[in-house]
Order: sequence, then structure tokens, then C-alpha cells
Amino acid sequence: MIDKKQVQHVAELSKLAFSDAELAQFTDQLADIMKMTDELNAVDTTGVPVTTHVNGLQNVMRDDIAQTGPSRDVLMQNAPDSANGLLKVPAIMDKEEA
Amino acid sequence: MNYLYEDLESLHAKLVAGELTASQLVTETVAQIETTDQQVDAFLRVDAEGAQAAAAKIDEQPIDVANLLAGMPIGIKDNLLTDGVITTAASKMLANFKPVFDATVVEKLKAKEAIMIGKTNLDEFAMGSSTETSAFKKTKNPWDLTKVPGGSSGGSAAAVASGEVVAALGTDTGGSIRQPAAFNGIVGIKPTYGRVSRWGAIAFASSLDQVGVFSRNVADNATVLEAISGHDEKDSTSANLPVPNYRAALNGDINGMKIAVAKEYMAEGVEPGVKAQIEAAIETFKSLGATVDEVSLPHSQYAVQTYYIIASSEASSNLSRYDGIRYGYRSPEAKTLEEVYVKSRSEGFGDEVKRRIMLGTFALSSGFYDAYFKKAGQMRTLIIRDFEQVFADYDLVVGPTAPTTAFELGDKVTDPVTMYMNDILTIPANMAGLPAMSVPAGFADGMPVGLQIIGKAFDEETVYRAGYAFEQATDFHQQVPSFKGGQA
Amino acid sequence: MNFETTIGLEVHIELKTNSKMYSPSPVNYGAEANTNTNVIDWGYPGTLPTINKGAYTLGMMVATALHANIARDTHFDRKNYFYPDNPKAYQVTQYEQPLGQDGYIEIDVDGQQKQIGIAELHIEEDAGKNTHGTDGYSYVDLNRQGTALIEIVSKPDMTTPEEAYAYLETLRQIVQFTGASDVKMEEGSMRVDTNISIRPIGATKYGVKSELKNLNSFNHVRLGLAYEIKRQAALLIAGETIRPETRRFDEKSGETFLMRVKEGADDYRYFPEPDLPPMHISDDWLQEVTDHLPEMPAKRRARYVDELDLPEYDAGILTNTKEMSDFFEAAVNDGAAPKQVSNWLMGEVNAYLNDKQIDLQETALTPAHLAEMINLIKDGVISSKIAKKVFQEIIQNDTDPKAWVEAKGMVQLSDPAQLNPIITGILDDNQQSIDDFKNGKDRAVGFLVGKIMKETRGQANPKVVNELLMAALNKR
Repeated sequence: MIDKKQVQHVAELSKLAFSDAELAQFTDQLADIMKMTDELNAVDTTGVPVTTHVNGLQNVMRDDIAQTGPSRDVLMQNAPDSANGLLKVPAIMDKEEA
Repeated sequence: MNYLYEDLESLHAKLVAGELTASQLVTETVAQIETTDQQVDAFLRVDAEGAQAAAAKIDEQPIDVANLLAGMPIGIKDNLLTDGVITTAASKMLANFKPVFDATVVEKLKAKEAIMIGKTNLDEFAMGSSTETSAFKKTKNPWDLTKVPGGSSGGSAAAVASGEVVAALGTDTGGSIRQPAAFNGIVGIKPTYGRVSRWGAIAFASSLDQVGVFSRNVADNATVLEAISGHDEKDSTSANLPVPNYRAALNGDINGMKIAVAKEYMAEGVEPGVKAQIEAAIETFKSLGATVDEVSLPHSQYAVQTYYIIASSEASSNLSRYDGIRYGYRSPEAKTLEEVYVKSRSEGFGDEVKRRIMLGTFALSSGFYDAYFKKAGQMRTLIIRDFEQVFADYDLVVGPTAPTTAFELGDKVTDPVTMYMNDILTIPANMAGLPAMSVPAGFADGMPVGLQIIGKAFDEETVYRAGYAFEQATDFHQQVPSFKGGQA
Repeated sequence: MNFETTIGLEVHIELKTNSKMYSPSPVNYGAEANTNTNVIDWGYPGTLPTINKGAYTLGMMVATALHANIARDTHFDRKNYFYPDNPKAYQVTQYEQPLGQDGYIEIDVDGQQKQIGIAELHIEEDAGKNTHGTDGYSYVDLNRQGTALIEIVSKPDMTTPEEAYAYLETLRQIVQFTGASDVKMEEGSMRVDTNISIRPIGATKYGVKSELKNLNSFNHVRLGLAYEIKRQAALLIAGETIRPETRRFDEKSGETFLMRVKEGADDYRYFPEPDLPPMHISDDWLQEVTDHLPEMPAKRRARYVDELDLPEYDAGILTNTKEMSDFFEAAVNDGAAPKQVSNWLMGEVNAYLNDKQIDLQETALTPAHLAEMINLIKDGVISSKIAKKVFQEIIQNDTDPKAWVEAKGMVQLSDPAQLNPIITGILDDNQQSIDDFKNGKDRAVGFLVGKIMKETRGQANPKVVNELLMAALNKR
């Protein structure tokens, strides 16, 4: 059974924050949904392959030919904040940089 | 202009004869939407200016007699990108988002000289079955303004059903075209997965999403689907297959067609009034020379559970890009990077979207993947195998589109599981990627009932042929809603 | 207490392609910020990825060169995490079934051969770049976003920093030979992460590992690992426990510093990428890749030593890059002596490249011209001194050396029919020197050679002059 702590952990992974009341409500609703999905356990799926793509395509590829995209100004027009052609965000505190 | 009594052919004839210009058609359509939407609220945005400019260009030349779509205003669900015209997915997250390119389906319609008239309402990010999760407005069912239009493509369905447009595009991930088509007494098709490009369709669940068409009759539907179908190298999941002339398939002849009725689709959850109409429809098919047998799709009962795991998992990943950095809502309160993420997403998304993100994140998270996501992927295989067995012997599977008719506004929105179960009959076709259409099949307590016709992969022609034959044998599609703004 | 060390390396290599891994945006090193991008790289709503066939083929080529098994049926997966340089908030990679598995490379440390296992090799996309302002903001450039990468994960088979260094150098050479990448650490087309742990000799369980970042050269990898061994050993000897840490190498002090302590595993929620259909590698495709695989450096080195009689040292230097090695072989095929070609490439040519900071293929030098010049020296047509001038000409301009030395009048005089009259004339004028020579004063020979060289304006072949002069003197 999913509990508040798990819901809190999932919220962190999802970058979502909830008030205590919301958290309680989400926990109940998610518990209901999980209860529904737990019905799948009634079916034995041993050895059944997983389907992730339905229409049987494979090896859909493009040749390695470069195409120039839209201009930076066009791409930038929806950006909440930018400067000098760069996207701007509050300082990244995590020191782990590639 | 009121499209309740018009179709593509009749309008096209007027345009060709010069009784009507494309510009007049746009003007009248805009006026009609303005009036009707005071009650129906189908559109989020009407692009009168863009539509007029497009119409003026079309009017410069004689209308192409071979192109039924020339000058036709079409409604576009607001999760399909329109270049330069704000596209929101009915989310506060994208309230000011201005796309920089057209979705392939929009581009194809424009290439056919159809006119993008405006953007229709939907459940936020297409997550819902009633269009009530839209961040902006609640669309009403034109047959009863106290009821939902269904969802998630409720705006497109209500726009067509109320005579605002002759056709509209929607998207269908778990029934989002067929269920609102059924609730509104119109025709709605979800084509085979891969038939239509998803480039420019704002993703909900990538392995299930497909763009499709609403119209008031099957012939119009076939014409519009043909225009938007085909391979697109920008969508690697789109099939590289020729597009048939769907309209040519409509010969009314279904003699000898083998139709299966899944007993699971006629089970106890289906309201008696709905069931009665479907049983009558089955008799109609028999009278037209089709053979109808009962078959079993035993794993359909697990389709909803399977669907909510797969769709939510994919959605949790697809919707992670809304982070307030490159586009979309950024919380004005955000001071740190973490706040940019958390506040923007928490303020920008509505509850249903958050619920699905949470569910999907959970199903994919460490320690739960095998029990949920993997299990659902295996169930999906079993659901597909059910269909494969039936389609080895039959041409089509028919049944009700939804277990109920349109429900009351506000009725189910706080009870997710009940809401989800309303999709039980439409989800299996998404799970298997099969083409499926809802056609009007009568009424139960005054509200429309939809007949669902599911075909083999890439065999939309047979689906259309059967739907057309059924339509010709009945008069349900000629019924019009009598809401105050309507003129019936 | 004595310890043994366990080292594993994760190497990211940028593939040399025209377009990105999942979008057709151009790949250019050093372009203006956010100009090599499109809506896919920005993760715009409604965009979808496509697979770059060229990149996948290069990946297969490297995997084959590393003796890895190619996964015949595979797919792409999404790795989900939020970061400003990660626009979709997922990276499209291969998790469940990497492109290649279970390969190896042979390394050589001080003459000791060792096989280092490759656990896996997979294809993925690079992230954008964040820069940190001093104004409390960070700035994001998405030019690099989506660039095709391969990640090569070694098995924990290395036990010394020197082995790690040799592994990287050998890996770099192999990849360089496939042509899949420039593999330049300084340009970021090769990046190294290391995992290192130590344990008391004989212990069955691996120790707690630390991860090193900010390693900008192979030498830093070696120094960083050496420091870590000391640091970890000191902790264990002092009875302390080692925490799982990510540490940064500081090149100034040669020490490593804590970046963060790892708390539990990250939860990336991998799942198959639904937007990309799966891959199936056919026999034909794999064969095609194998057929196009060039001879690998180790094989060439052996051939140079065994068949061309080159020293091991020369063979090593010549196989540093495929371009150098190909050049060497072409010059040898054009008829020049292998050792002479090797000397020129390792000497003058490398000095020139280092001085100009360019690659061999950026010069005008051709194997045919180098071979011709070497043979001109051998045949006595030009002197070694003149050859240096010729070399400067042919490496800068596409000039035929023989025609050039002739046109410039730089050809040596070696013909006795031309030289003898001059020698005779000089001897006739210098009876004193002849006398000195007869009296055993060898100095006189030098004096006479100098006169002859002066008379021929330095073009006489000194060796021939010496022979002819001695003969003439002895006759007098």
C-alpha cells in the first residue's frame, strides 16, 4: 500500500510540491488507483514479452545530413528569461558538472 | 453559417458555384462560433485574422473542383501546434506558448487549402474524459448543456456537434476522440497508430497517442483523414505505407463482412439504454448482409489498469520538459533553480496532470518498475494477442464506444477511478494500435449513443465502409441537438 | 597493511558526425551559443527524435574494434532527470540492451601485456553546457545538446594508475583508427570518469569506491588515481571508513577534493523510448561494418616491427594516429626506406606539427613527395642540409621536390666528369697543399675540399668530392 512517505518521495522525483492537505488527498487517490492496478496481479504473465511499440517498425533511421534549425531569436521567443543568446536560470548549486 | 445542415460536399458545391466565397465562409463561421460558444464553450481561441488571410488567398483563384477541403474552416484541438497561434494544451503551463512550427497534420490541412479557424478546448494535456480538467473553461454538451461533452477532445466534438465547424481534429490516447464523438452524436475516428504523424502533437503518451478526425458524417471524416495521413520522416513511428482513397471505399456494400461482437464489451457495466442501441445496430449489420458472431477478448477487463500505468509512465517523462526554463510558465516566486522547477510545475499543472505524473513516476521508480511498468507491458501483449486471434477470423469488432451516455458536469471529476473506468471500451484499441471509429447509433434518454467499430491495423477502409453502410441504413447522424443556440 | 587497487573507467566519446544523434542540427565545435540548435534540441512540445544512421554505424564500428558482441535486437531508453542542460528532462540512451557488450582491449605496461575487459558500449546523446555567472545566475547553451556520444564502460580490471593510463591511450588509438571520433580530451571529444577502490590484499569484497571528476588529460587521470590510492590507504590504516564520494581532481595541487557524498542510488526511471522503434542489426549490416574496419594499431605495430624492421619505439609513435600510420605506409609504398620515413615523420614532421599546432592532414605534405625527397638524398641528388630546405617547401606547398631542387639549382654535383676538371684546376693552383698532403698533413685535404665546395657554390656532393680528390692526390 502506498503511503504518504512514498508519495512525498515520488513528488520530489517529479519536481512537484504539495501542501499537507493535498498530500493526504493525493495519497488516498493514488492508493485507490494502485489498488485498481493491483488487479493485474491476477494474471500470470510469466514468459510473456513486453510490448513497448505496436506497429512492428524497426531500424527507422535518417542519413547523417545536417540541417540548420530556426534562428536563435525564434527559438528564444518563448523563453521566460535569457541574456546574450543564453537561457538564464538561477545559479546551479549542485557542483557536479560534466 | 451553421454546419448542422451542411457537409463538405454541399459547402464545396456552393464555393465552386460562387454562391459563397471562402472569405464569407470564414466570416460566418466566426460569427457562428461567437454565438454558439456563449453556451457551448468549445473554442479556446479563434484565429479570425489568420483565417481571413488564408481565405482571401484562396478566393484569388477559382476553387479546385477536385479538392473538397478548399476553403473549409476546420477546428484544431489545442494540443496540436499551430505556427504563431498560441497553443496551450489547456494548461496554465503553456498559457502563452507560441509555437514556431505547424504540426504535420496542420501543415497537411493547410496544403489542402483548409482553413485553421481556431483552437478547441480539451482536458489539460489531453488527460481526462470530460474536458473538465481544462485550465481555462468547461465545454458543455450541445445535447444537454448540463452535461459534459466527453474528453479529452471535448471542444472539437462539441464544435462539430453544435454546428460551429464541419470538421475538427482531435487526439486519442485512450478514447479521447471516440468517447466525445459518442457523447455528442457525431463521427470520430482514431486511426491506426502510425497512420498519422505525431510531429507537432503535444505528447501525452507517445506509444498510444494518435491524431484523428471529428465530423458529422463518415464521408467527411474519410476525406479529412486522407488529407492528414501518411508517412512523415519527422515521426519515426509513422508508417511508410501508401494512403488509400478512403472516400472511394464508401460503397455501402458490407455483404459477407465478418463482424465480431466482444462479449466483454456488452457486459454489466454497460447501461441498458446504451446496450439496447448497440443490439439494434448489430441487427442492422445483419440486415445488410454481414455475419455477426459473439467472440471473447478476455484481457479487455484489464485494459484500463494496464493503460493507466503505461500512459501515466510515458506522460511523467513527456511532461518533465515543462520546467520553466526554455518556454512555458515560470513561477514569479521562484528564487532558486529548485524553485524554478518545483514552483513552476506545481503552479503550472492542474490536479489531474499531477496525479498522472505522480502515478507514472511511481510506476517507473526503482523497486516498482517490474511490478507495474513491466507487468503492464506484458498485459499489453496479451491484449494485442486477443485481437490477433479475433482478427484472424473477422474483419471488424463492434460494440459500444462508452458504457454510458454523457454524464453531468462535475459528476466524476473528483473520483478518478470511476472516471477512468468510463474509458474501458475505447482503451483496448489504443493498447493494440488499431483503427477505431465511433458512429452515431441512436439515443438513450435523449442523449447520443456511439457505436464503436474497430478494424485491423491500417485497414481504416473497412472501418469506414462499415460505418458508412450503417449510416446510410439509419438516420441518427441527421439528428441535431436542440440547445438554445442551435436552430433545430 | 597492504592493499590492492581496483580501477574501472567510464569513457564518453563524441562521435564525428555531421548531424546530432536524434536531430538533424549541425555539429560544430566552437559555434556561437544556441546557433546549432533546433526545436528538437530545445525539447519543444510536439517534437520527436530520429536516429542518425551514420552515428549508429560508427558506434558499431567502435564496438567491433573493441571485440564486443553487437546486440542484434536492441532499443533506446529514456533516462529521466532534471537539469538545465537537459532540455527534455530525459536523455535518450541505451540502458537495457547496450549496442555492444563484453569486449576487451590489450594494453602494454613496461612490456607487460594485459587484457582489460569492456563491460559495455552504448550510444546516447550529449547534454548542453551550463556556465556559471558571478551574478547569481547560470546560463545555458544548447549547441552541444544531442551530439552523438558513445559511452565505453570498462570492467574493473585495472590495478594501477599506469594501467589506467595505458588503457586510455590504447582506447584512444583504437577509436582514432576507426575514424569514429577525433578523441581529443582538450576539445572534450573524449571524457573520462574513474571509479577506484582499494582493499586489503586477499579480501574477497571490493572496497568502497570513489569517483573522480574534472580529469582533463590522461596524465591527470594517472595522478588523480595515484593520489586516491594514497588517500584511501591512509584512511584505512587510520581505521577510518571510506565513504562513497565524488571527488574533483585539482591539477595545481595534484590532490583530489570532495564534491559530494553519494547517498543511495539515483533513480533515473529508465524505460524504453516510445518515440523510436527498436533496432535490429542484420548480418549484412554487421558484415558491412566489419568490412570497413581498418587494421587496428596493435596489428600495424607488430607488422612494422616484424616486416619492416622498425624499432618498437618507432612503431608506437607511427601508430599514434591512423593518419600518421597511413602516411607512413604510403611513403614506404612509394619506395622510400621505412626507417628513413620513420625518422622524418618522428623528427622533422612531428616538430613542424607541434610548432604549428596542426594535424598532418592540414599540411601540404604528401607521402609521394616525402618518399621522393628521401630518395633524392639516398641517390646523392641533394645533401641532408639541402633536404631541410626542401622539406620546408614540400610541407608548406604542394611542390614536387625533384623539379623544385632542379629549378632552384640545388642539385648536388656528383658527376665525376663535371667534378674532375674542377679538382684538377684547384690542385694545379695549390701545389703547396699537395706537398702538405704528401708530408702527412691531413689538414690539407680539408682545405682543398673547401676550395672545391666554394668553386661549386656548395653544390658538390661532399662524399663524391672526397673520393675523387683522394684519387687525384694519390696520382700526383
